Amino acid sequence: MYKYDEYDHAMVAARVAEFSDQVKRRIAGEITEDQFKPLRLMNGLYLQLHAYMLRVAVPYGTLDSRQMRMLAHIARKYDRDYGHFTTRQNIQYNWIKLEDAPAILEDLASVEMHAIQTSGNCIRNISSDQWAGAAADEITDPRPWAELLRQWSSFHPEFSYLPRKFKIAVIAANEDRAAMRLHDIGIQIVEKDGQHGAAFYVGGGMGRTPMIAPLIKDFVPLADMLSYAEACLRVYNRYGRRDNIYKARIKILIHELGADEYRRQVEEEFKHVKSLGIDPPKAEFDRIAKQFAPPPLDASAPDDIDRSDPDFAVWVDQNVAEHKVSGHAIVNISLKPVGGIPGDASSAQIDVMANLGEKYSHDELRVTHAQNIVLPHVRKADLYAVWQALDAAGLATPNLDLISDIIACPGLDYCSLANARSIPVAQKIATRFSDLGRQKELGELKLKISGCINACGHHHAGHIGILGVDRKGTENYQLSLGGSGAEDVSLGTITGPGFDEDGVVDAIERVTDKYLATRTEGERFVDTFRRVGMAPFKEAIYG
Amino acid sequence: MVEHIHSDGEEPAVTLDAFLSQSNATAVRLEPDEDARALIPHLDRLALIEVAFPKFRDGRGYSSARILREAGYVGELRAQGDVLVDQIAYMKRCGFDTFAPEKALNPVDIEAALARWPEHYQSAADGAVPIWKLRHG
Amino acid sequence: MKLLTGNDLKTGFVTWWTGADWSLHIEDAADVGETGEAILAAEEGARRVNAPYIIAGEATPDGPRPAHIKDRIRALGPTVRPDLTLKPADPAAGDWVI
Ligand code: HEM
Ligand code: SF4
Repeated sequence: MYKYDEYDHAMVAARVAEFSDQVKRRIAGEITEDQFKPLRLMNGLYLQLHAYMLRVAVPYGTLDSRQMRMLAHIARKYDRDYGHFTTRQNIQYNWIKLEDAPAILEDLASVEMHAIQTSGNCIRNISSDQWAGAAADEITDPRPWAELLRQWSSFHPEFSYLPRKFKIAVIAANEDRAAMRLHDIGIQIVEKDGQHGAAFYVGGGMGRTPMIAPLIKDFVPLADMLSYAEACLRVYNRYGRRDNIYKARIKILIHELGADEYRRQVEEEFKHVKSLGIDPPKAEFDRIAKQFAPPPLDASAPDDIDRSDPDFAVWVDQNVAEHKVSGHAIVNISLKPVGGIPGDASSAQIDVMANLGEKYSHDELRVTHAQNIVLPHVRKADLYAVWQALDAAGLATPNLDLISDIIACPGLDYCSLANARSIPVAQKIATRFSDLGRQKELGELKLKISGCINACGHHHAGHIGILGVDRKGTENYQLSLGGSGAEDVSLGTITGPGFDEDGVVDAIERVTDKYLATRTEGERFVDTFRRVGMAPFKEAIYG
Repeated sequence: MVEHIHSDGEEPAVTLDAFLSQSNATAVRLEPDEDARALIPHLDRLALIEVAFPKFRDGRGYSSARILREAGYVGELRAQGDVLVDQIAYMKRCGFDTFAPEKALNPVDIEAALARWPEHYQSAADGAVPIWKLRHG
Repeated sequence: MKLLTGNDLKTGFVTWWTGADWSLHIEDAADVGETGEAILAAEEGARRVNAPYIIAGEATPDGPRPAHIKDRIRALGPTVRPDLTLKPADPAAGDWVI
């Protein structure tokens, strides 16, 4: 894992000092809310329905147990004893006091964490594959590349007042576990002639106008990556729309220019930027990469699992994934207990996960974009002990990638932009489908819910997506089918008129019944949908 | 040298259009949507380029400034308009050397803001040595 | 009726204008009639409230009821965490929101 050196420490300390000063000036009335808002947002502090909300960055979703414990400590000391893990691999606290914010940032800095650029029209926290460094299918660990980008983008003087927020994801496997092509820049590390380089997909995003990022450059050598990113951003900063907030994301610029014209402009800018010498030498990448060296895993550790406890076996089958080193496994901890709040964890649960990470996973944990937690490096022989501890903490729900493993944004229960509540719908669906046999029969089914068109809950990318809308002052839900945020990326299609809360749960049941009746051998829901199209599902829903 | 002044008695900055059609002006004002690169052929006769920030949220002027410095402009580069104390450190990094804020700034705050960052992660137009270079000598 | 609401600057908590001061409880909220804008400006200027705004509401026997569900949720707290609302002991409190 990346460890701060003196420079990283000094930068974060300076930011804490700066924000403490800004908070002081705001409370003293020296600056207005209008002036303070962009400053607090750049430190992850929002004003939400019930209080201030603080979003803490978990760079590329990786943390150690000390950091995880700090997240629990903050929940306990400054909030109401829980936190919400988000689709951006961050954590949000819902009940923060403005006057506590500087102290919280100081506590975070003591464990090399921060809330820098978790909001605002700047380059946001960089997300990545939650299985990085452990996945059997990756060509390399994407995190050193992400860390290089993190440092480049932190306090970037030219790109802190962009037309709109800017999100970057980096992956290095063919399976896309980070919704890479739904980011402003999605980078896939690929191999060419024995060298690793970055394929740049630019202009994806969700929100009001969802788009899948086109490939802008198939191979950018490591030595050019930051110059290339700088060129992509400069073209956007200069020409992205600023007249309409809904058209300000880079996806609209690229859509309006066309990918070819955008590429031409970037290439021209790149030629110039490359002459400025902004790319660090290979030695800097190597310095970073060394810190992501794989943990010392014993490849001769026993590879079989004692499955005599049937509940344990069910969990292993659903939540444990292949590790690249024999005798080891990736443990996925579901934060989706049936009837619970997707992504929420109490401080006690966060501590349990921290302890397990320390004891059984070489001190590493990950946050996933599906709002779950991962222990990336667990010996198969330890799985039973891990499961028992998780089970005792209510963290052993065996539903990874099943219909009850729902992504849901905070919705109208917390969010001031919401049209409708998301969480109660998630709870009702999970309860309706609570029978595990039934869930397994349905197989992989990614259900995603957003409480408004901003799409924080990735509903466009759900095999089944739900969007909350406001219909004459009452909550209403639109259903869409056929989206995917994975390597088979696609955007969902709306089924037709919306439903009330119970209506949408019924509609989903009709959809899944239709799927069971229609599928051929081995087809997932989304495969069947792609084969037969919307018509049969529409008929099942609306008659 | 950073001065936060708007000196009287200097030649008024003309618009980009006026500048490009009139050969003797030595000061020009650049709006956010105007292409800084249009000035590149004329940099050696310019003494002042004033970059407008009608709204602090509009960050195009940061790119304009860097483009001008990257092209070798050494004259005065002024940020004018909705320029807030919390922005001037970044503006300076992009190459601005004077500031003409619409609302006067407190000199103590300016000093604190400019002294805030011990080092910088990336190179920009201010000649600061980036952290990666400090790490590797 | 018209209600004036916002968040406390330091704590962020939802507050309601009572006619003389701010309260966490919507039961205390007063009808501001046409005076809302003036009070809003004065109170915001004095930093006794942050991000204030005026909403429509209805006087009911149980006290003022905001016209929009968003403000009813603000008045109560998150419906999915009854324990964290202002009425943790009342399991039916969430019904008021809908
Ligand atoms: C509660 C406070 C939140 C607010 C005010 C908020 C606001 C927004 C807004 C305005 C957008 C649309 C941006 C655009 O299209 O230009 C957006 C997008 C997004 N947000 Fe949030 N959000 C919140 C919470 C969350 C949470 C909890 C998550 C994760 C579960 C999240 C993840 C995202 C993602 C993934 C997007 C889509 C990015 C894209 O369009 O490409 N947000 N958010
Ligand atoms: S999708 Fe809408 S309701 Fe949900 S968190 Fe984002 S902004 Fe709020």
